[in-house]
This record gives sequence, structure tokens and C-alpha cells, in this order.
Amino acid sequence: MANILEVSNLCAYYTEGRQIGFHKKNRKQVCKDISFQIKEGEIAGLIGESGCGKTTLVKTILGMNKEYTGEIKHYSEQPQMVFQDPYSSLNPAKKVGWIVEEPLRVKGGISKEDMHRKAIEMLKKVGLDEKFAERYPSQLSGGQRQRVCIATALMLEPKLLIADEPVSALDVTIQAQIIHLLLQLHKDMGLAILFISHDLRVVYQISDWVMIMKEGTIVERGTAEEVYANPQNSYTKTLIKTLADADEV
Amino acid sequence: MSEKTHGVKTMRKSEKEQAAKRINYNLRIGAVITITMCVFILIGFVYTPYNPEAMDETQKLAGISWHHFLGCDNFGRDIFSRVLKGSGTTLLVATGTILIGTGAGIILGALTGYYGGWLDEILMRINDAIFAFPSILLALVFISLLGTGTVNIVIALGIAFIPSFARIVRSEFLRCKNMDYVKQAKLIGAGDLRIMFVHILPNTLPVLLSSVMIGFNNAVLAEAGMSYLGIGVQPPFASLGRMLSEAQAYLFTRPGYALSIGIFIILLVLGFGLLGEGIKELK
Repeated sequence: MANILEVSNLCAYYTEGRQIGFHKKNRKQVCKDISFQIKEGEIAGLIGESGCGKTTLVKTILGMNKEYTGEIKHYSEQPQMVFQDPYSSLNPAKKVGWIVEEPLRVKGGISKEDMHRKAIEMLKKVGLDEKFAERYPSQLSGGQRQRVCIATALMLEPKLLIADEPVSALDVTIQAQIIHLLLQLHKDMGLAILFISHDLRVVYQISDWVMIMKEGTIVERGTAEEVYANPQNSYTKTLIKTLADADEV
Repeated sequence: MSEKTHGVKTMRKSEKEQAAKRINYNLRIGAVITITMCVFILIGFVYTPYNPEAMDETQKLAGISWHHFLGCDNFGRDIFSRVLKGSGTTLLVATGTILIGTGAGIILGALTGYYGGWLDEILMRINDAIFAFPSILLALVFISLLGTGTVNIVIALGIAFIPSFARIVRSEFLRCKNMDYVKQAKLIGAGDLRIMFVHILPNTLPVLLSSVMIGFNNAVLAEAGMSYLGIGVQPPFASLGRMLSEAQAYLFTRPGYALSIGIFIILLVLGFGLLGEGIKELK
């Protein structure tokens, strides 16, 4: 299968503080020499603790962070993203229907009726019926909001979806539902997903292969089973051991 | 025992009632006053009992009567007719001021808040400099440059009102621009202008709307103040401030003259003030 995203020797930087006036700039290297490929229709997991550079990596891949060296090659349209916090990723001033229609409206060349019909279809696909279109985000629960986010992200029919900790703000039962939904969409639409989480178990459930990230570098990669059963790197071992300990308790 | 439960129940009930009252209190009274005033003023545009500029020598400083509800001024002009006409002028000036102030304020605030950087630094420093002067003093400066006249008053007050609105909009944009829904909008390919005015602006409305109401009050008072000082609306046109300054000479002989105008100003400001508070409570 063809690659859909190729990242080679990516180093990303982050500049602290304001970039104007006489403030001293503090440029930090967040990602160090990262390379990986994602193929069409596969689910890749990225695991790392908070602050290890996951979000910077995602921003760089999506073109929101311009400070980087190395190469990022997209073999599809702009990938879309599902954000971690479903409470800030939906515009509170707009109705759900408007939010879901907006990608098509921006793209243009589509009649109002078609736009509305497609939005309703997409809402149904993510498990919400059409009455949700008339509601405001504040009237929805966290899980419902995350479904709306997924619907919005899929409106432009991207080949790659980047999910940045999409379930870490949700209850465990809702987590399972959202993961199930992502898996189903992956099957139905042949969607490739880069699934990012700090929770090893969540990633293990969903991914074809995983990367473990620590302090800006990828310390281990392999299929989920391999990494889980036979970790090579000491950091991965600690991660899995902590999990096992938590299970015993 | 039963008394106790009863007590708890009534307390809860009254709390609920209070909450319900609290939500509507300001808004309702504000709306009633404002609508009544607006009806008066609208009628004033079409019909006044007497020609507000016609002088009647025989009626100089006449008291309250069936023919003249609020009496007549020193030229024998009907005060009620003049108040109607005058509050219309005041209202128009205030509306124009707010339109200029919020219009330019929204554009400046959106640009500086959204883009940040040098543009923000330069514009906001200018803004601070303008903000440092009281708006009425600033308007005085503009009037001395532009000359007097109703249109010039609107422009001068409008410019003086820009900084406060620009600030409010800017701070709201700063709050919103790092939200995930803005990033999402960028990802789907929405342009900067679309993100600013379609995605972010509606989220600033609750704050903006209540400050528009307060700004409206300030504009009414500023216009009255400037006309009182004689640099606002010029005679023979009536405006509330203009009339107040004419009335002050007869404060002791005909207190009703100044009082009736003052009450009109108070009602106008009170109505919009309460309406602004009510809107603030709504969200």
C-alpha cells in the first residue's frame, strides 16, 4: 500500500515568549530527528507522556508550526484532526449543524440543500441523529461533542485523520464508544488514523503499529503486540510495568 | 416537624422566585423605559404639538398648562415639542457615535488581537495614548479641528469612543484565538478574515453588546455635555444638552424647564443602562 504521510528527519522547534520587542527569545528543540511513514488505511499509535513533544509533532505535520527542519510529505489532501478537549474544539456560538457544514461552506461549490443533507448524513454516521443539528455545543455531553468533532473532521473526506488524545478527556465508558466509532469509520471509509495518547492500553486496542516517544525522540516502534509483549527499550519496559502494577492493584 | 419542612419549602420557593425575578428585573424595566422613550422620540420625528422652533412672544416662560405640557422657554417655544425633537437629535448623535466607535473598534480589535506582533504593539500604543485622555476632552480637540455641527460631533465622539471598544474586542479575540475551534477552522482551510469575523466575532457578542449599551449611555451624556458647553448641536436645532444650557439661566425662576429636560436625559440613560445590565445577566 502507498504511503500517505512520510516524515523524515524531522526536528521541530518551539519559541517561548513573545517574538517582538526586546524579549530574549528562547528557542527549544522539541522533536529530535523523527522519521516514520503512515500507509493508506492503517492506524498508527503514538504514545508518550505529557510534554514529550507529541502535540508539537502534530502541529508541525499539519503545518501549524513553521519552525522545523527535515521533510514532511503528504500524499493526500490536508489531513484533519480531532482535538483533545471537546469543550474548546467546538465553536460555542454556532449550532452543531453549522459547525459540521462549515468545511463544505469554506470549500464552496455546493448548494445549501446538499450541504445540509451531507451534514446530516455525517452526523448519522457518527451516531447522532438529525435533531442534534439544531443544538448548541453547550447542550451536548463530552462524548457527543467528540462525535461532532469527528464528523466535522471527516466532512472533507480526508485520507488521514490525526487524533490527538481524543479520548483522554472522557469517561472510560465513553472512551470505549469513541474508540469503537473510530475503528468503524476506519473500516467503512478506509481512513488512516494517527492515534496519539499517553494511555498505552487505549493505543494497544486500536493501533496496527505503535511508536513510543520520549523527550522528543522515538525510542521504540513495532506492532502493538510486539511492543506490549516484548519491549526493548527501558522506558517502554517501565511504562508497561507501571500498567501491570496498576492492574494488580 | 411539619413546620420545619414547611419552612424549608417556602425558603426554596422564594429562592426560586428571587432567581426568576433577578433574571428579568433589569431587562424588563430597561426595555419598558427604552421602548417608551423610543416611541416618544419616533413620534417626535413625525409630529410635535407645536413647531419646536416657532416663537410665541405671548407665551414667554409660560408655566405648565393644557396647551403646553411642560410650559414654554424664554423665547416662547413649546418645551415639550423641543424635548421630543431634542432627544431625537441626541439619540441620533449617540447612535452614530456608537456605530463609528464599535465599527472601527471591532476592526482594530480583531486585527490586533488576532495577528498580534508589531501591528498589535503599534496600534495598541496609539490606542493607549488616546485612551489616556478623557473622551470629552478628546472630542473637544476634534471639534476645534473640524468645527462645530451635528455631523462633526458624531465624528469627534465616534473617534473618542474607538479605543475602549477596540480594547474589549481585542481582549475577547486574545481569549478565543487559541481555542481549538480556531485551529480546526484553519485546518479546513478557512481564511483569516472568515475566522475573525465568522468564527470568533459571534463569541465576543455577549461582552460587546453590554458594553455597547454602556457606551451608548456615555455617548448620550457626552453629547449632552458638549452641547451644554456650546460646541455641540448649534441653535436653533434642539438637543437635550443644548436646551439644558439654555435652561440654566432660569433655574430659579422656572425650575421645571431644566428639570423636565434633566428627567428626559435620566430616563434615556437609565433605560439603556438597565437594558445593558439585563443583557449581561442573560448570558
